[in-house]
Amino acid sequence: MNEIKQISGTAIPLFLDDIDTDRIIPARYLRCVTFDGLGEHAFEDDRKQDPSHPFDQEQFQESQVLISGRNFGCGSSREHAPQALMRWGIQAVVAESFAEIFFGNCTSLGIPAVTCSRDDLKEMSATVQADPKVAVSVNIETLAVTVGDKQYACQIAESARNSLTSGRWDFLGLLLEKQDDIKQTAGEIPYLNSFAS
Amino acid sequence: MSDTRNLFNTVWDLHTVTELPNGQTQLFIGLHMIHEVTSPQAFEILRDRNLSVMYPDRTIATVDHIVPTTSQVRPFVDTLAEGMMSAIEKNCDEFGVTLLDIDDERQGIVHVVGPEQGLTQPGMTIVCGDSHTSTHGAFGSIAIGIGTSNVAQVLASQTMYLNRPKVRQVVVNGELKPGVFAKDVILHIIRKLGVQGGVGYAYEYAGEVFDRMTMEERMTVCNMSIEGGARCGYINPDQKTVDYLQGRPFAPKAEEFDKAAEWWLSLASTPDSEFDDVVEFAAADIEPTVTWGINPAQSIGISENIPSPEQFDETEQVGIAEALAFMDLTSGAGIKGQKIDVAFIGSCTNGRISDLRQAAEIAKGRRVAENVKAIVVPGSQLVRKQAMEEGLDKIFEEAGFEWREAGCSMCLAMNPDKLQGREICASSSNRNFKGRQGSPTGRTLLMSPAMVTAAAIHGCVTDVREMLDPASV
Ligand code: SF4
Repeated sequence: MNEIKQISGTAIPLFLDDIDTDRIIPARYLRCVTFDGLGEHAFEDDRKQDPSHPFDQEQFQESQVLISGRNFGCGSSREHAPQALMRWGIQAVVAESFAEIFFGNCTSLGIPAVTCSRDDLKEMSATVQADPKVAVSVNIETLAVTVGDKQYACQIAESARNSLTSGRWDFLGLLLEKQDDIKQTAGEIPYLNSFAS
Repeated sequence: MSDTRNLFNTVWDLHTVTELPNGQTQLFIGLHMIHEVTSPQAFEILRDRNLSVMYPDRTIATVDHIVPTTSQVRPFVDTLAEGMMSAIEKNCDEFGVTLLDIDDERQGIVHVVGPEQGLTQPGMTIVCGDSHTSTHGAFGSIAIGIGTSNVAQVLASQTMYLNRPKVRQVVVNGELKPGVFAKDVILHIIRKLGVQGGVGYAYEYAGEVFDRMTMEERMTVCNMSIEGGARCGYINPDQKTVDYLQGRPFAPKAEEFDKAAEWWLSLASTPDSEFDDVVEFAAADIEPTVTWGINPAQSIGISENIPSPEQFDETEQVGIAEALAFMDLTSGAGIKGQKIDVAFIGSCTNGRISDLRQAAEIAKGRRVAENVKAIVVPGSQLVRKQAMEEGLDKIFEEAGFEWREAGCSMCLAMNPDKLQGREICASSSNRNFKGRQGSPTGRTLLMSPAMVTAAAIHGCVTDVREMLDPASV
């Protein structure tokens, strides 16, 4: 797996709180057996109701970094949500906080999801609104989000940072390395061993 | 020295395979439940990498999200849904996983089926590619919702990486007033602690109110832990837990059951157990509760008025205004009397037999208001069968409710059961997100099944306490 240290490009601002995964990808698009084609349906219902939704605006179409508010990705565990964002083109998310399952799903897909202070997000969002082409980068080694010539501190769970920057986010492969330990643990769990004490 | 660990930490330690240098735990998973929506891509990952399911006998599948609730004859009319059915059937067959398929009497919503079959037991680690896996915590297990990549990981290795959460004890003491149900208790807790109040925590629900609850009521509470941001919530096992499991198909039998029961009870947190945080609520403060907004914390007691943005912290005001505008509700007005178009009784929160009994008690001898479409969707085929044996289907049908087959139905509307346009629905489900019930502009009011029934009868949000049999109050 490749090492993910920095995502650079431009940003798309969606500075709202409690964006749930039903909004990111409506349930009707979960009637599928692959994740292909989810990208075009990201935020579909919100976009229909709000003609000025950033995901429909010309100037944000090539953006790599999504800027949002508090509790981003709450609700359903559907990995279709980060998949839809990723397939739309998002490679990193910057928000005030994340719901846990969503955060874990992002890490599994190699998407850094970093947090910044509300004031900083407000400022970033305003800068990007004013100048959609401003260069933005998210660096999880230095824990900095850069917007134009301004730099902001960001945070990400150490476990996720470590996995992404070292290229060890193929969790399936890593888990399977511990076959013997897995068997040993199973051997000590009462309900797997007829509750023999 | 006495053990000051709480149940959560005891169970976590027992299942720990390794601790990683980055602070995560590789955790062994005792029960893995899967369904048709979040598993096909996971099986694809296994195929791509030439892997098998490590513990097929610790894995069980059912179908629930996409199944129609009118006719369940195959092939389904919806070809996409039919495609998902074939996928899970093929995957389970090929990888040796037991599937409780649509033609199996044990089929139903995954979080109803697990407990019903006795698969869910105290002391287990349980995962499912579904956020409401927290339901299974009602038995004193660690039960968490996971994403599809995790589903692949657990299929292949029976383990996954997790950060150990902190544990918050949520205590509710005192006595609930008549007409106040488990649903109201959890809505109240979420309202007070917020939709992200539980991030980073597991919730232990403790106190007289939960001690007194039946297992089904406990499931309603634990089910909605995720709506408060907590990835899991649990209640310590007690004699009720043991009694519930006795005789269930997948529960231990005979002497083994006695040994199991002894172990289960030994896991419970004790008065010496330590917690990272403790919060306390009084049962007497809880009213029948109804949501007015677009997340489950945006709720009020039935006798309160809909709040205005100014009553909230400055950072929240935009969101509150957005919610009020979407719902088209007026600050300062009561929620009581709000007209509804649809009434939905069902879901993994409130689609069990006791929920249907409560609803039927209110529906009995009354009529659903004109212009209200009311449906009852049992949580599983066995719940449906039991209800029919008790004649509940007749009570509902006579009152004008539609009596459906088992499934998730209008909880997330991945099947044909959907709101239309701006319809507003009194719902016993768990999420009032924008668009959740199938119409992008449809609106949801969450409440207890008894309150949904009351709303269906009067055509508007009603205080169910006014309809209770005085003898039972
Ligand atoms: S009933 Fe609703 S919340 Fe429960 S599993 Fe089904 S869709 Fe999810």
